[in-house]
Amino acid sequence: MTTPARTRKKESSQPELAKCATGIAGFDEIAFGGVPRGRPTLVCGSAGCGKTLFGLEFLVRGARDYGEPGVCISFEEPGPDLAANVRSLGFDLAMLEKDRKLVIDYIQIEKDQIAETGEYDLEGLFVRIGHAIDSVKAKRILLDTPEALFAGLSDQGVLRSELRRLFIWLKNKGVTAIITGEQGDGKLTRHGLEEYISDCVVLLDQRVDHSVVTRRLRIMKYRGSRHGTNEYPFLIDEQGISVLPVTSVGLAHAAFEERISSGIPGLDEMLSGKGYFRGSSILVSGTAGSGKTSVAASFLVSACERGEPALYFTFEESPEQLLRNIRSIGLNLDRWRKQGLLFVRAARPSAFGLEMHLVQMHQLIRELNPRAVVLDPISSLLGDAAQHDVKTMVLRMVDHLKHTGATALFTTLMDSPGLETTDINLSSLVDTWIQLKNIETDGERNRLVQILKSRGMAHSNQVREFNLSDNGIELNPVYLGSAGVLTGSARIQQEARERQQEAARKQELQRRQSVLQRALRTLDTQIHALRAEREAQERELAAIGTEETTYRAALNEERQTLSVSRHRPTETKQNGTANKSGSKRI
Amino acid sequence: MKNGTVKVKISKKEAAYDLRLYVAGQTPRSLHAFANLKRICEEHLAGRYRIEIIDLLENPQLAKGDQILAIPTLVRTIPKPARKIIGDLSNTDRVLVGLDIRPAGSWDGQ
Repeated sequence: MTTPARTRKKESSQPELAKCATGIAGFDEIAFGGVPRGRPTLVCGSAGCGKTLFGLEFLVRGARDYGEPGVCISFEEPGPDLAANVRSLGFDLAMLEKDRKLVIDYIQIEKDQIAETGEYDLEGLFVRIGHAIDSVKAKRILLDTPEALFAGLSDQGVLRSELRRLFIWLKNKGVTAIITGEQGDGKLTRHGLEEYISDCVVLLDQRVDHSVVTRRLRIMKYRGSRHGTNEYPFLIDEQGISVLPVTSVGLAHAAFEERISSGIPGLDEMLSGKGYFRGSSILVSGTAGSGKTSVAASFLVSACERGEPALYFTFEESPEQLLRNIRSIGLNLDRWRKQGLLFVRAARPSAFGLEMHLVQMHQLIRELNPRAVVLDPISSLLGDAAQHDVKTMVLRMVDHLKHTGATALFTTLMDSPGLETTDINLSSLVDTWIQLKNIETDGERNRLVQILKSRGMAHSNQVREFNLSDNGIELNPVYLGSAGVLTGSARIQQEARERQQEAARKQELQRRQSVLQRALRTLDTQIHALRAEREAQERELAAIGTEETTYRAALNEERQTLSVSRHRPTETKQNGTANKSGSKRI
Repeated sequence: MKNGTVKVKISKKEAAYDLRLYVAGQTPRSLHAFANLKRICEEHLAGRYRIEIIDLLENPQLAKGDQILAIPTLVRTIPKPARKIIGDLSNTDRVLVGLDIRPAGSWDGQ
């Protein structure tokens, strides 16, 4: 934001207009440094829009933080009343007065006490202001609001010329002045103060939109200086005014390589096994009861477990109710809350305007500097507001969180399941979009989770079943088979059926195996028997061969014996052989 | 009108009318106002008044007490309640009415 200002300065040969930092959070950013130093600035707006507070904060911050004493010239409220009004903001005017850093002068104008005869001027006012400025060597002054003079004095011509003279005189004295003015019909101020103060005009506005009030600030005119031209929401709270220069954020955030767990192992696995990118923004969309808050809570728990501060904005449940409900899925947010790591902020969306929500969130984020932020759900902020507003707000939030390096998770409610668009078309703004779905089959509703997109990582394209149990969130692969996509008990039934079928198949297999084994065993036995028979027959065959040989031998021998016996008997040998062969032959 | 200006007492006795004229330096308008005042007092309140002149350029802190804005301003501190008349006091009738010396209905001129 400051870089363009610097380069511009280099290009220009003239020195840039001297600025006086107001110290009002955010204002100095949109005014590129503050109000013009040594010149009057007109702050105008309708009743109750915070003009006086703007001026007082300018003085108090000047006196306290910038060492510039101030003078408050009040035409409307006595000093003690003013002090009481801003005490709740931590501004101790009495103390500053005592320390001679601030002078409050109440100028009372009561017309019925004053008679006018002849010519006059407002030198008395000049003297008083001059005296007040000199007494503390003031650098800043608030005139709240000189228009009250018009009610007290009848000579408008004198008044106008004296006011003109007053502003010139203040300029010559070198004090930075804030002059307030109440908005009139069709004019910035009732009595046309803007004619005299043309250096810088700030318009405060309080708008009621669908019964919700939003304060806005706009720099209408800033002579000799660039300035943010948009309407910026602002907030009045315990710390004074906060202006939100939200529309000025850009696309210059750093990108982290680090991955952080989503707190759900199954989801991490779907996100290429490592979880979200640090500093990314995650959108969790889903229909009612699909588990968005549970995903968000898991993320917070994982952040707290890493010791990172986390911030939870809930727009639907009170913190206690939320913690109780989250406890039912086994997540203990309470513990982290007590340790001060987790901060839960609950606010009804309708409690105040969208911008106010944004401002409050910004403040908390600035204060706590969380590493994980959840907005649950942003869709309920939608309310009656135009969708564009919510989108702009989320965009600002996304941008802002990215600047701070926090990882942000937004949930959004979708009316129609299966539709891949969110109500407010956020998809282009976020890095990771997780969709939760409820599908109803066979008389039950089952949750499905699916990653529609996740920039910069190879995420799973699968649908998983999302189960909320006492131990947190479990993701199961869904049944994808011949029977289609099945979830819940249908999936369980189908799985059981498959298990049965499998068992039956196994049994059948075993049966067939044993049958075959039996058959093999039978065959083996038969083979044994046959082999035995074969051996027997072989043996017999061999025996036959031997018998034949023996027979032949015996026959030969007999023949020889016979032939020998015809010539000479050989008794012994002849008998033995004859006996053997003789017994066999029988 | 004297220099120094803090107090110019014209009557030292217990004044029925205690008047303060606030000026800022000796401008023609201030001198004119003082002359007018003195004339009116002499004519209508002879011996019963006291005039104090306060120059805010010298005593700026005194402007706060009587809530002075316009210059010149004449403040009637006694009798009570306090009355303020701003301007150079050139309209005698209005001054008399303003100081409650003459009731509003009995103007000579108008």
